[in-house]
Amino acid sequence: MARKRKRVMPGFGLTFGCCVLYLGLIVLIPISTIFASSAGMTWENFWATITSRRVMAAYKLSFMASFLAALVNVVFGFIVTWALVRYRFPGRKLIDAMVDLPFALPTAVAGICLATIYARTGWLGGLLEPLGIKVAYNQAGIVIALIFIGLPFVVRTVQPVLEDLGQDVEDAAACLGASRWQTFRRIILPELTPALLAGFALAFARGLGEYGSVIFIAGNIPMKSEIAPLLIITKLEEYNTPGATAIAVVMLAASFIMLFAINTIQRWSSRHMER
Amino acid sequence: MVQQAYGEIKLEQAGTIRPTHRQAAVRNTESAPVRWALTGIALLFLGLFLFLPLLLVFIEAFRNGIATYIAALRNDETFSAICLTLLVVAVAVPINAVFGIAAAWLIAKHDFRGKSILTTLIDLPFTVSPVIAGLLFILLFGANGWLGPWLAERDLKVVFAVPGIVIATMFVTFPFVARELVPLMQVQGDEEEQAALLLGANGWQTFRRITLPNIKWALVYGLILCTARAVGEFGAVSVVSGHIRGQTNTMTLQVEILFNEYNFVGAFAAASLLSAFALVTLLVKNIIERFSPEFVKK
Repeated sequence: MARKRKRVMPGFGLTFGCCVLYLGLIVLIPISTIFASSAGMTWENFWATITSRRVMAAYKLSFMASFLAALVNVVFGFIVTWALVRYRFPGRKLIDAMVDLPFALPTAVAGICLATIYARTGWLGGLLEPLGIKVAYNQAGIVIALIFIGLPFVVRTVQPVLEDLGQDVEDAAACLGASRWQTFRRIILPELTPALLAGFALAFARGLGEYGSVIFIAGNIPMKSEIAPLLIITKLEEYNTPGATAIAVVMLAASFIMLFAINTIQRWSSRHMER
Repeated sequence: MVQQAYGEIKLEQAGTIRPTHRQAAVRNTESAPVRWALTGIALLFLGLFLFLPLLLVFIEAFRNGIATYIAALRNDETFSAICLTLLVVAVAVPINAVFGIAAAWLIAKHDFRGKSILTTLIDLPFTVSPVIAGLLFILLFGANGWLGPWLAERDLKVVFAVPGIVIATMFVTFPFVARELVPLMQVQGDEEEQAALLLGANGWQTFRRITLPNIKWALVYGLILCTARAVGEFGAVSVVSGHIRGQTNTMTLQVEILFNEYNFVGAFAAASLLSAFALVTLLVKNIIERFSPEFVKK
C-alpha cells in the first residue's frame, strides 16, 4: 500500500472533490446541525429535558435492554459459532448463511413477526401466558427484539477468530493431561475474549439505537416500555423539536463513546491475534 | 462503523491458513453428549429467533389463501408504497455506488493527509441511530430548520415528501459500497494500474479495463447490501416521511400502518415481499462469497 512515488495515479483531484463534497452535504452538514441546534438551547432547558423522569426512564430502559440482549447474544452466539465451526451436522451451510438474516430482513418486518409470535394469541405467547410470563408489550419483548438484531454481530465477529484458532495448542493441552473443560477455560476462552468483547460492544451499540424491530413488540408505555429513539419521535410529533434534539444529542454522544470503545477493543484484539 | 469493525477482524483473518478441523476432531473434541447438547442448543436458539419469524411471515400472508394475498398486494396504497421504495432505491443506490467507487479509489490508491479521518467519517452513519438520522434532516429542511424558510419561499418540499425520504436513505446507506471496496483495493495495490498507465492508458481506461474487473464482485456485494438496507430502512424514513397515504409511505412504513390497523393479511403480504427480497439478498451474498475466491471476504 505504501506509495513510493506520489501522485502517479490519476484522478486524485476528481475523487477527492467528489468525496469531500458528497460527504459534506450528506453526512457532515446534517450532523453538525444537531450540535448547532442544541447549542441554541439554554443549558437549563437542555438539562431539564434530558433529566426529566420520562426521558431518564427511557435511557435506562434502552441501556438495560441492550445490555441484557448483548449478554444473551454473547452466550448463545458463542454456542452457535462453536457448533457452526467445530461440528458437522446436516444443514450447517444453510444455517451459517441464515445467521445474516437480521442484517438483511427489514427491521419493521422483524418487529411485526416477533410481536405476533409473542402476543397472547401467538405461537409462543400462548405457551408462555399460562406460565405467567408476559413478553409482548413488556420490557421482555424489547430484549427479545434486540437479541434478534444483535445476533449476527457476535457470530460474525467470533467466527473468523475461532476458525483460525490453531488446534495444536488444544492437542498439546490434552497431551499434558488437561481435561476438555480445562482446555476450554484456560486455552480457548482467553484467545476468544477480545472477539467476544467486540461482538458484545457491536451488538450493544446497535441495540441502543434500534427502533423498527422494537416498537411493535414493546407496547410503548411511558415510563415502562418506551425506548429512547421512540421518545425522540414522540417529541417530534408534539412539535417539540428542541426536546427531541436534546435527547438525540445525548444518544449521539453515547454512540460516539461506544465507537471509541469498539475501536479500542478492536486494536487490542488485533494485537492479541498477532502474538 | 459497527459493521466496519466486524469487517476488519474478518480481513485480518483472511491471510492466515485455516486449520483442518476434521483431522483434529478425531483426537481432541468434546464428548458426544456435549456435542449433541451444544448443537441442539444452537439449533433451538436459531430456530426460535431466526426461522420462526421467517416462517410466520409466509404463513400469515397466505392465511386466507392466494387470492386474498394477491388482492392485498394489489391494494392501491400498498402498490404505490412498492413503487416509492423502488424509486428510492433507484436514486440512492447508484449515487452511493459512484461515491463508494470514488472514495475507494481515493483512499486505496492515493496518500494524503487526513486519510484516516476521512475513513472514519465515511463510517459515521453506521453509528447514528436511524431515528436520529431522520431528525438531522428535520433540523436541516424542516419548517423551522436551517433551510426551511429558504425552501418555503421557493415552494420546495423536502421533508414530509419524497426528496427527504431519498436523502435520509442516502445517509443511512452511505458507507456500504465504500466499505466493501476500500479494504479490497488496498490489498490489491496499484501495480496493475501503474503498468497500464506506463503503457499509455489514460486514467479512465485504466479504471474501466483494470480496476473495475478486479473489484466487480466486491462492488456487486456492496451494492446488494446497500440495496437491502435501502429497501428495509424504517426509522430514518419514518421520521421524515410524514406518512401521507399513497404518497410518502415506503413499503416498510406501509407494513407498519397495515399492522397497526389490524390488517394482518395486508401487513404480512407486504412483509412477505420484503422477506423474499431479504432471502434473495442472502442467497446472492453467499454465491459471491463461495464462487469468487479472489474477493477475500471470509
